[in-house]
Amino acid sequence: MTAIEKLTSKDFASDQEVRWCPGCGDYSILKQVQTVLPDLGRPKEEFVFISGIGCSSRFPYYMDTFGMHSIHGRATAIATGLKATRPDLSVWVITGDGDSMSIGGNHFIHMLRRNPDLNVLLFNNQIYGLTKGQYSPTSEQGKVTKSTPMGSVDYPFNPIALCLGADATFVARTMDRDPKHQQAIIKRGYEHKGTSMIEIYQNCNVFNDGAFEIFTEKGSKKQETLFMENGKPLLFGEQNEKGIMLDGFKPVIVNISDVSSNDLWIHDETDLVKATILSRFYDDASIEGHFPRPFGVFYVNENKATFDDLFNAQIEEAKTNYGKGDLDKLLAGRETWVVN
Amino acid sequence: MNSIETTLESVVIRFAGDSGDGMQLTGSQFTNATALLGNDLATFPDFPAEIRAPQGTLAGVSGFQIHFGSTRIHTPGDRCDVLVVMNVAALKANLRNLKKGGVIIANTDGFDAKNMRLANVPEGENPLENGSLSEYDVKTIDVTKITRAALADSGLGTKEIDRCKNMFVLGLLYWMYHRPMDNTLAFIQAKFKKNEAVLNANIKVLQAGWSYGETTEMFANRYNIAPAKMEAGVYRGIMGNQAAAYGLIAASVKSGLPLFYGTYPITPASDVLHELSKYKNFDIKTFQAEDEIAGICSAIGAAFGGHLAVTGSSGPGIALKTEAIGLATMLELPLVVVNIQRAGPSTGLPTKTEQADLLQSFYGRNGECPVVIVAAQSPADCFIMAYEACRISLEHMIPVFFLSDGYIANGSEPWKFPNSSELPNITVEFAKERASSDDKFMPYFRDEKLSRPWAVPGTKGLEHRIGGLEKQNITGNISYDPDNHELMVKLRQEKVDLVANYIPNQTIDTGDDSGDILILGWGGTYGALKTATQQLITDGHKVSHAHLRYLNPFPKNLGELMGKFKKVVIPELNNGQLVKIIRDKYFIDAIAYNKIQGQPFMASEVVAYIKSQL
Repeated sequence: MTAIEKLTSKDFASDQEVRWCPGCGDYSILKQVQTVLPDLGRPKEEFVFISGIGCSSRFPYYMDTFGMHSIHGRATAIATGLKATRPDLSVWVITGDGDSMSIGGNHFIHMLRRNPDLNVLLFNNQIYGLTKGQYSPTSEQGKVTKSTPMGSVDYPFNPIALCLGADATFVARTMDRDPKHQQAIIKRGYEHKGTSMIEIYQNCNVFNDGAFEIFTEKGSKKQETLFMENGKPLLFGEQNEKGIMLDGFKPVIVNISDVSSNDLWIHDETDLVKATILSRFYDDASIEGHFPRPFGVFYVNENKATFDDLFNAQIEEAKTNYGKGDLDKLLAGRETWVVN
Repeated sequence: MNSIETTLESVVIRFAGDSGDGMQLTGSQFTNATALLGNDLATFPDFPAEIRAPQGTLAGVSGFQIHFGSTRIHTPGDRCDVLVVMNVAALKANLRNLKKGGVIIANTDGFDAKNMRLANVPEGENPLENGSLSEYDVKTIDVTKITRAALADSGLGTKEIDRCKNMFVLGLLYWMYHRPMDNTLAFIQAKFKKNEAVLNANIKVLQAGWSYGETTEMFANRYNIAPAKMEAGVYRGIMGNQAAAYGLIAASVKSGLPLFYGTYPITPASDVLHELSKYKNFDIKTFQAEDEIAGICSAIGAAFGGHLAVTGSSGPGIALKTEAIGLATMLELPLVVVNIQRAGPSTGLPTKTEQADLLQSFYGRNGECPVVIVAAQSPADCFIMAYEACRISLEHMIPVFFLSDGYIANGSEPWKFPNSSELPNITVEFAKERASSDDKFMPYFRDEKLSRPWAVPGTKGLEHRIGGLEKQNITGNISYDPDNHELMVKLRQEKVDLVANYIPNQTIDTGDDSGDILILGWGGTYGALKTATQQLITDGHKVSHAHLRYLNPFPKNLGELMGKFKKVVIPELNNGQLVKIIRDKYFIDAIAYNKIQGQPFMASEVVAYIKSQL
């Protein structure tokens, strides 16, 4: 590869006017992606952003890269086809909670099990914004919206648990209001070889304002969030005075002053069982003794080969075994006869 | 013993048995041997949707018909001369397909009390014994008993021994029609190379069948069918779906683009996937997606990336792909959509043929969404029309439907295959890299064909966004401008219309270029319509046949060509679809002639209908 000119975040901004509602959490995500991309040391033309439908899916229009704003729920399938045929590209999927887990649920789980080397940014605002405020598959039960005046009877998906269940190889959560954390997670997602699924809590200030306030606002953030760091104990609270311990498979909240530091749960990103337990830290914050909501990387598996590698390895293997295809031999087949 | 030798011009044989009896294999082996002898031929496999319907029942009957001869053969034959039946259900289901006076070769073991009960034949009404077949030449053999006797020392179990029964029938038919066995011997040796006992058993029973013909007096006649007088050249046998796959591969090779085939299994389209998946060394990349929608969407991703992108399915699957076809139309990317039609609506008759998806191809999307449509007319023609679908799609940056149907997809015929150098060129040029000092790249800037540049990701300076929202012409930016939307709708239509400049004119296939009736067909009905037309002309009628392979746009001279006939009759295996479009576009009083039974036309019924219109 030839030397790459150093790009800036401006190089990744297209000339199109950004048309999200003022105050939308999407602005922050756009900004963080545009900030991270120049640091990845890759020429701009190698980036492709594919989105489905929804507010978040306007994202590609604002990036001065290759992009496709496709149809509802299908970005994951389109990106899989692109990555399979063009593994040289850095392919990103921009999707929302409705796009990925409602209309596109099937493609979403199958992408995860196949593990193509894609970077998926799942903007979760727990509401349908573009269609003006119906409940989404991640809205809490009882959600009162235009389509559910008496409250939604549906139970929500737990996106992290869903992804782990589908054998995803990189599962992380971050939030729109924490730019530094978001940037770090996006960068780690990019570095992972395989599908990187990053759930981003994103505030819809028009239809679902404050959905994640408890995790993002100063007054409650430290008590209600758990920032996971690999190899470090799981701590939270104003002064990181609380920790998580495992009693068998049962997580317990402890005051770190009450226990030996050896007893604390040390976060291990490669441990699927523990990641699964962490994914279930999904309690209603009004419940007494509830667990804080984890942010960061739940799980990474660098040992599962990617779909694009396996897919293309077969092509190469066939060429090695049979030689490059000869069309005239193929058309003639094994048995011919001559008519004079 | 000495047999009587007779020379025939053509013969129709139908093999029928339980779905587990191996009739499809028997038929295809007989077909290969016949093709190698230089006869012209056409075949028609007719099998149930169930893989193993209850044994011995009518629902489980699987048939394979072959028509071969020393003259040109265009259909698998209306009715058969010889009906081979492995059980009473097969006889009951197929007797109406046998010519009066035809030969029945029956396996008596399949007519025992149990089989009679399973086929709902009343006790004491065994058709082999009650005189009901007196109009036919019935030859009975206890194939099961002979096979078991022949393999008594083979060490195989009864179940495995009974599986060899079809080889006995094949051997006998090879003897009757002077077919060489070498090809089948080689097939058996390859197929069972890991199981010597089964290999030897099959060969032994095949030879036993041959010897049975030679030694018993029941079969006194042997038949010779001379090689057909066909255009000189080198031939091979080919099935429709196989030909379609080869057409796609050839287009990939000739365009220099690797092929991506995103699909989901469905009858009768799956064999295209199976065939393509064998040729990875040709840079053929097949992807069995999680559903039909992912099949086409992955192909759209591959098209964006610069591959020859194809998706394939049958009617119900095409219905699911509809929204994505609209997306490809908006994106103005090349995409080939293969539809191997079957009888619908909904699940319909999965293994039976129909051509009822033409209107779906024309109009079955939201908004104004025209696409190019081509259709194959015979098994071998699937090759060139699949190739044409790719050529048009790539050179015009447009989605193209390739229509086939269950009848030609599973049918086979001799194919004078082309040399790759004879195939039309496919010229593809990606948009070139740009420097920052160059003008801004315009993704919807159009050339004389109205197609836009194919700007693949990874090309410096071509960063751009496309999507399903309406585009501003030239810039490709989102546009809600009313006049621009109307302009873009018209441009997308005109782009399809312009393809007419790049396809051949319509020709009359059979008959004069003027007369009383023009029989206008499309798709898999070609053979039956041609045979019927030849018959009508022989009978002194002024009838001609033209067959459309390019359906949207139509060839430019179609209106003029139809205008030279007093009447235009459009026979279709649907409730009248092409006829609606012809009436709409050309304002002529075209006459619809329809059959919607999941079965192909018989030439004789077409002849009778046309006569009623003369």
